[in-house]
Amino acid sequence: MQFGIFTVGDVTTDPTTGRTPSEHERIKAMVAIALKAEEVGLDVFATGEHHNPPFVPSSPTTMLGYIAARTERLILSTSTTLITTNDPVKIAEDFAMLQHLAGGRVDLMLGRGNTGPVYPWFGKDIRQGIPLAIENYALLHELWRKDVVDWEGRFRTPLQSFTSTPRPLDGVPPFVWHGSIRSPEIAEQAAYYGDGFFANNIFWPKEHFIRLVELYRQRFAHYGHGTPEQAVVGLGGQVFMRKNSQDAVREFRPYFDNAPVYGHGPSLEEFTDQTPLTVGSPQEVIDKTLTFRDSFGDYQRQLFLMDHAGLPLKTVLEQLDILGEEVVPVLRREFAAGRPSEVPDGPTHGALVARRDAEAGEGSPVPAGSPA
Amino acid sequence: MKPLKLVAVSAGLSQPSSTRLLADRLAEAARRHLAEERATEVRVVELRDLATDIANTMVTGFPGAALREAIEAVTEADGVIAVTPIFTASYSGLFKSFFDVIDNTALAGKPVLIAATGGTARHSLALEHALRPLFAYLRAIVVPTAVYAASEDWGTGGDGRTDGLATRISRAAEELAGLVLRRPAAAERIDAVIPFEQQLAALRP
Repeated sequence: MQFGIFTVGDVTTDPTTGRTPSEHERIKAMVAIALKAEEVGLDVFATGEHHNPPFVPSSPTTMLGYIAARTERLILSTSTTLITTNDPVKIAEDFAMLQHLAGGRVDLMLGRGNTGPVYPWFGKDIRQGIPLAIENYALLHELWRKDVVDWEGRFRTPLQSFTSTPRPLDGVPPFVWHGSIRSPEIAEQAAYYGDGFFANNIFWPKEHFIRLVELYRQRFAHYGHGTPEQAVVGLGGQVFMRKNSQDAVREFRPYFDNAPVYGHGPSLEEFTDQTPLTVGSPQEVIDKTLTFRDSFGDYQRQLFLMDHAGLPLKTVLEQLDILGEEVVPVLRREFAAGRPSEVPDGPTHGALVARRDAEAGEGSPVPAGSPA
Repeated sequence: MKPLKLVAVSAGLSQPSSTRLLADRLAEAARRHLAEERATEVRVVELRDLATDIANTMVTGFPGAALREAIEAVTEADGVIAVTPIFTASYSGLFKSFFDVIDNTALAGKPVLIAATGGTARHSLALEHALRPLFAYLRAIVVPTAVYAASEDWGTGGDGRTDGLATRISRAAEELAGLVLRRPAAAERIDAVIPFEQQLAALRP
């Protein structure tokens, strides 16, 4: 089981001081947060991709490449990479390059984005969102697995005798997660390829995501990648902790009340009741996170949103200390207890290479993540 | 045979409210017509009680428990009676907001009786110019007779040129009951997924 953080990269005014960080400060803060994640023993850092203010991370592989050079163990990922508006050829090249530089510590989560105008800004039609996600990923998948690609599709100029370079590290492409908050088509896509499915459940009640994850698990098995329990599931979470619950609530409330996504809506109490958000003691975070397994089954990756809504860097780093020291070690132990041995761990490059080699030894080369 | 479900949505704000009164009158009249053939359960959804939930849903994108339950009731209803006060020449913002947060296929093919209240009869065509297009967009089957009740209607009968409120209620309710009874049984809604090969094949040039 892997634990990590994912960031939106928003530049938001701190509602308690009225201070707004510059883009430069925010970018440096994101890097400091990533380095801290490794320091406190987390496994994953994932950054969003946005192309409009108030968000800074428009160029994820640039940022992740820099972080890769300054870390040793941390897996670098995205949340999400826009499979609809980015050229799949450029995604194949950028992430293969990053994979080499990071020694394999790279995966990515594909999504369709949440900002309508990004489609026209990049010359795409938002009404084709799902078809773009399907066709672009089919090409990306092929580019990473076939040395020479002849290809023709609906949305991109055709390719003749094209080789995407560099080839993936050790001949094994980065692991891919498909992120979705509402589309069963994307759960079906993840299942078809035997890729991971990440349900970003942080803003909505769990009932909705239970259906999506269950669909993904059933279809994963249908396509012959293993049992439903062996499907690769990632979930989101959102926490704010202090030693005493009341202190956490008091400190976080102004950030909650003014948060860009859900601020000025339901109360903190209603929202914590209905969504994964936990504001309280480390023990409360442990208790709530453990319930995710009851709802979704044993899963592979848990990412927490820690640094949005204008929280100052110093506070975020304190939160990461608490997460790394008091929460994640307990969660690792508890999630490991009673976990069936056939349920896979979170995906790593080393494990994918080993699996590829094992399958090659059996004489049935099935690249990890490709349809059986 | 399962009883038919009739849901009246009232956007009245005062207590007691003439909008709610009109909703109750219409629901009772429709129930009586339906009861000749099928047992019918009537449920009234008071949007005033859900006002905060509806605003929160606009902000968060998901409905709280009480609103979710009301949305499910409307979605599963065999017929809907939608009643709003006329504010500023149209339906009230609360009324529109409820139908904004409900799934845009929830009313497809469903018989809907539209009705409104107002201080003066001068706004009665708001039913035809505002409510009817709203429900046409949602692909509901809107009952031909829309019922408008101005304050004066509660104290007068009809005259040579116009039917009184009671007659209009009865006519609209009978039309609604007719549509509900003739409506084909709704198929169970299932979450069907299009197999991925089909999705891929549809994109081949």
